[in-house]
Amino acid sequence: MSTFPILSVVTFLPLVGAIAILTIRGDEAVVARNARWVALWASLSTFIASLFIWHQFDTSTAEFQFQEEVEWMAAFNISYRMGVDGISVFFVLLTTLLTPVCVLASLESITDRVKEYMIAFLIMETMMLGMFCALDLVVFYIFFEGVLIPMFLIIGVWGGPRRVYSAFKFFLFTLVGSVLMLLAILAMYFESGLTSIPALMEHSFPASMQTWLWLAFFASFAVKVPMWPVHTWLPDAHVEAPTAGSVILAGVLLKFGGYGFLRFSLPLFPIATVEFTPLIFTLSVIAVIYASLVALVQEDMKKLIAYSSVAHMGFVTIGTFTLTVQGIEGAIIQMLSHGVVSAALFLVVGVIYDRMHSRDIETYGGLVHRMPSYAFVFMLFMMASVGLPGTSGFVGEFLILVGIFQVNTLVAALTTTGIILGAAYMLYLYRRIIFGKLTKESLQKIFDLSGREIAVFAPLAVVVIWMGIYPMPFLDAMHASVNHLIGQVETARALNDAVVLAGQSVR
Amino acid sequence: MYTITVFLPLLGAIIAGILAFVTPADKESRARIDRAAQWATCGAMGLSAILSAFVFYDVVAGGITGTVELFTWIDSGALEVSWALRMDTLSVVMVMTVSVVSAMIHVYSVGYMHHDPGIPRFMAYLNLFTFFMLMLVTSDNLVQLFFGWEGVGFLSYLLIGFWYDRPAANAAAIKAFIVNRVGDFGFALGIFAVYLMFQTVDFDTIFAAAQGKADATLHIFGGEFHALTVICLLLFVGAMGKSAQMGLHTWLPDAMEGPTPVSALIHAATMVTAGIFMVARLSPLFEYSDTALAVVTIVGASTAIFAATIGCVQNDIKRVIAYSTMSQLGYMFFACGVSAYSAGIFHLMTHAYFKALLFLGAGSVIHAMSDEQDMRNMGGLWRTIPVTYIVMWVGSLALAGIWPFAGFFSKDTILEAAYAAHTGIGNYAFWMGVIAAFLTAFYSWRLLIMTFHGTPRADETTMAHVHESPKIMLVPLLVLAVGALFAGYIGFEAFVGEAAVGFWGQSILVLPAHPALENAHHVPAWVKLLPLIVAFAGITLAYVMYVVAPGLPAALADRFQGIHQFLLKKWYFDELYDKLFVRPAFVLGRGFWKTGDGDLIDGVGPDGIAAATLNLARRAARLQSGYLYHYAFVMLSGVAALVTWYLVGQAS
Repeated sequence: MSTFPILSVVTFLPLVGAIAILTIRGDEAVVARNARWVALWASLSTFIASLFIWHQFDTSTAEFQFQEEVEWMAAFNISYRMGVDGISVFFVLLTTLLTPVCVLASLESITDRVKEYMIAFLIMETMMLGMFCALDLVVFYIFFEGVLIPMFLIIGVWGGPRRVYSAFKFFLFTLVGSVLMLLAILAMYFESGLTSIPALMEHSFPASMQTWLWLAFFASFAVKVPMWPVHTWLPDAHVEAPTAGSVILAGVLLKFGGYGFLRFSLPLFPIATVEFTPLIFTLSVIAVIYASLVALVQEDMKKLIAYSSVAHMGFVTIGTFTLTVQGIEGAIIQMLSHGVVSAALFLVVGVIYDRMHSRDIETYGGLVHRMPSYAFVFMLFMMASVGLPGTSGFVGEFLILVGIFQVNTLVAALTTTGIILGAAYMLYLYRRIIFGKLTKESLQKIFDLSGREIAVFAPLAVVVIWMGIYPMPFLDAMHASVNHLIGQVETARALNDAVVLAGQSVR
Repeated sequence: MYTITVFLPLLGAIIAGILAFVTPADKESRARIDRAAQWATCGAMGLSAILSAFVFYDVVAGGITGTVELFTWIDSGALEVSWALRMDTLSVVMVMTVSVVSAMIHVYSVGYMHHDPGIPRFMAYLNLFTFFMLMLVTSDNLVQLFFGWEGVGFLSYLLIGFWYDRPAANAAAIKAFIVNRVGDFGFALGIFAVYLMFQTVDFDTIFAAAQGKADATLHIFGGEFHALTVICLLLFVGAMGKSAQMGLHTWLPDAMEGPTPVSALIHAATMVTAGIFMVARLSPLFEYSDTALAVVTIVGASTAIFAATIGCVQNDIKRVIAYSTMSQLGYMFFACGVSAYSAGIFHLMTHAYFKALLFLGAGSVIHAMSDEQDMRNMGGLWRTIPVTYIVMWVGSLALAGIWPFAGFFSKDTILEAAYAAHTGIGNYAFWMGVIAAFLTAFYSWRLLIMTFHGTPRADETTMAHVHESPKIMLVPLLVLAVGALFAGYIGFEAFVGEAAVGFWGQSILVLPAHPALENAHHVPAWVKLLPLIVAFAGITLAYVMYVVAPGLPAALADRFQGIHQFLLKKWYFDELYDKLFVRPAFVLGRGFWKTGDGDLIDGVGPDGIAAATLNLARRAARLQSGYLYHYAFVMLSGVAALVTWYLVGQAS
């Protein structure tokens, strides 16, 4: 274990950037330009630093690595604890990858209050990274909630015409869940006296208490995922958010829920997890089919992709609760893949939104004539979204479906219909925007991708293909942790069954 | 060498793909770019075809079989999937057929597409398609098979929609992809079931374990079923989608919106035969499920006759050939269904040559007629385009199964095998096949006569433009014509004759309980002769109806209007599916969106609560009236209530 606090460095590097931007003074144009470049460099260096984590990551152990611990509130046994394992490490990388991409994508499209915007983004990155690295419940909760504030501002200040409604809807939905989670955290603390996550994993809560704790955490995570029927904030938030806000929202924020299930619900409340699996399966299957059908009839590009996110995240929750190696690894891959692909799709929408200032599918048509590179990029990410083999989307969906088929064939069959519906709404969208004759007067002068835009898409495209053809570097790193996680659940279940059996025989 | 054979087209596709993005400064540099893309792709494909011949020789003569492992793809728990190239007779037969036909079509495309502004893109697509197809046929496990399977489907989508300005082409492209996805839905579930049963997706391991699982059952979809039957049927759904079998066929006729070389390569010679390849490849599974084999036979035989009936009334030259393809695929399937897999693959191979020939011939006609596809506007072309005319004859003779053309050998073997199965289902397949053979001959000569004979029905300007295609198109036609002439005769002994056992080696499994193909050589003489007789009868009928008494077809169509409409509307499958699936999906989607999300979830949830809170606050605000006596009254009521509660509490 290295003594160098790499996780804290990565986490707080963006914050340093934010502070640097804060100190910039002078003419508005100068401030804006400096803020842009500082943000870009800060997020890029964070990304490079995070690569070091991956490089040093030991794939053979399920232990938390790069652990740091600083005493904080000793009286309450609360410390600042950080660490990553095979489950969280890739989310850190996803975050550090997407933030510079977002900054790059916002360089030209954001012209108003640039300084504040960049600060909000960098603070948000710190919050997200802290959330994925935290190994203490209180620290986790602070970061988890902290993300809401910059996101709320980004939607509410830089968003579209109905931004205030959307921002509040987003805030209220997520806050209601979070309050319940806070209560659960308090209850856990009073029961066990612990806030350290690794220590809590060793602790076993009584079965009846697990049910309530599970439900409280579920309330928070389900909103974040989002699961049906608490998904309605997502389309609104996406529609109103600026492009980069949508990218982070879809790319990272939605992963909080899936990550939360893996980090808390499964290992801490294994008995309740098994108990509630049918509920998760039902809601997820509804999400996959319902959201896909709704996506089919959307007239707003961003809404369509937002609904497709709901459907894809339905796969994730199903995979997570299969409690099989394939299911869980598939869920993680699917989250990473969706993080990149949906982010890219929102950027794809952003490209033409920047040019035409319209999200209506109606506005477009025949873009391939003027924008061949754009058509190619869009095609690539569309195919990743529909899970064409050879792209990252396939690996995730395939593993999830393999996993669920071993547990429940009916759920598997229903979920698999998602691959048909997914193809339907994406191809239909693509056809209406890209293909056909270029007849609309307003589109006659539209430009193809600029160098900056190509630089935005290139890294995402590389990741999508890489994960599709050779996902082993990702899978190898998560084997140990996933096996350990499944072991934890299995042991707890076996123990509980034994207790129940013993109880019955005594009676 | 094997790896190079498979990956060369990928290389060509990448080069041409990059060239497609180069914006040429002027006409000359455009021509240079186009030329470079053509050389890269045709070169890659030609080299690949030559190498495939060497590989074929190695495997068949040298007996070298095995697997070329590339690298691990997915490894999760017990699931391990590798990128690997399998080398056995079945694979190399497919590799050679695919790469040779593909190379011919590449060369042909250089001529056919020379006016098109998107040449590099088109050539890149063709090459990429071939790569996916080669990955499909050389796969060593079900997941890589699925990779190739979806990959060719994707390229088929791109190529059908190649002319993206045409709404019909776009619609057809989407339809093809989605209908194929419906099939892939079954395929995917089949893969999952295989994994559940065998804990692996590798062919060798599955095949070795299949016998042991012959009686196993699988608890699936809430019932207990014979495991291999369920698995085979699920996988077969995938095959039905890709090979356009009845029920999942609706995309294939529409796919004719793509450029003609595409129809020849993808929708006749290679991709659509992937389903047959899959069944043959999985013969060690299908052999243990008589139910699955029976389903394959019935679906195949029904499609053979179903498509042939529609083919008889279509007027678009390409659609006639498309329905003919469907029908021939049906033959291949019922061959597999009676365990005559090698006969199915034999027909696949011969069909690839003569059907590619027919399509390219049709392309040559369309090219000559300035993009006219309706046969009612053709006629009398044989003098002006004699080479095309001759090769179309060769192709039609092969398709109708006239000795000594290729189709005769393969189709007869299939029919004999069906007869020799000596089962009820085998007999059904045999008779359906015979009737379909009659119809095949009829519509083929209907096509020939309507296109090439009689008086020209096109306007004079078109007729003045009619010209024979350039050499670059004729040479591939002639090469394929040679294939259509001799492939059957040459291949017969090895594929289905005396040498078959040694030829196929371990790549196809037939249980002793299914001796249809062996018995096929000992059927009564009338069974051998019947297909030939009905073929001549079909030709004669076409001659009578379109040459001797040209008024007859119209009279018949009038007389039996119901049947004619039914056939013309392709048995109303499209209308049915539109009503059953497409419209309801949109209605449901809109309902879920407006009512589900809007009125119910948001209405009761956030918006409802917000409204309720506001409402409550307004009421609460009204309490603050400012009148002293209101406040005094409330205070007094409160005191009274408190006292009452205290007293009641005391009493109890």
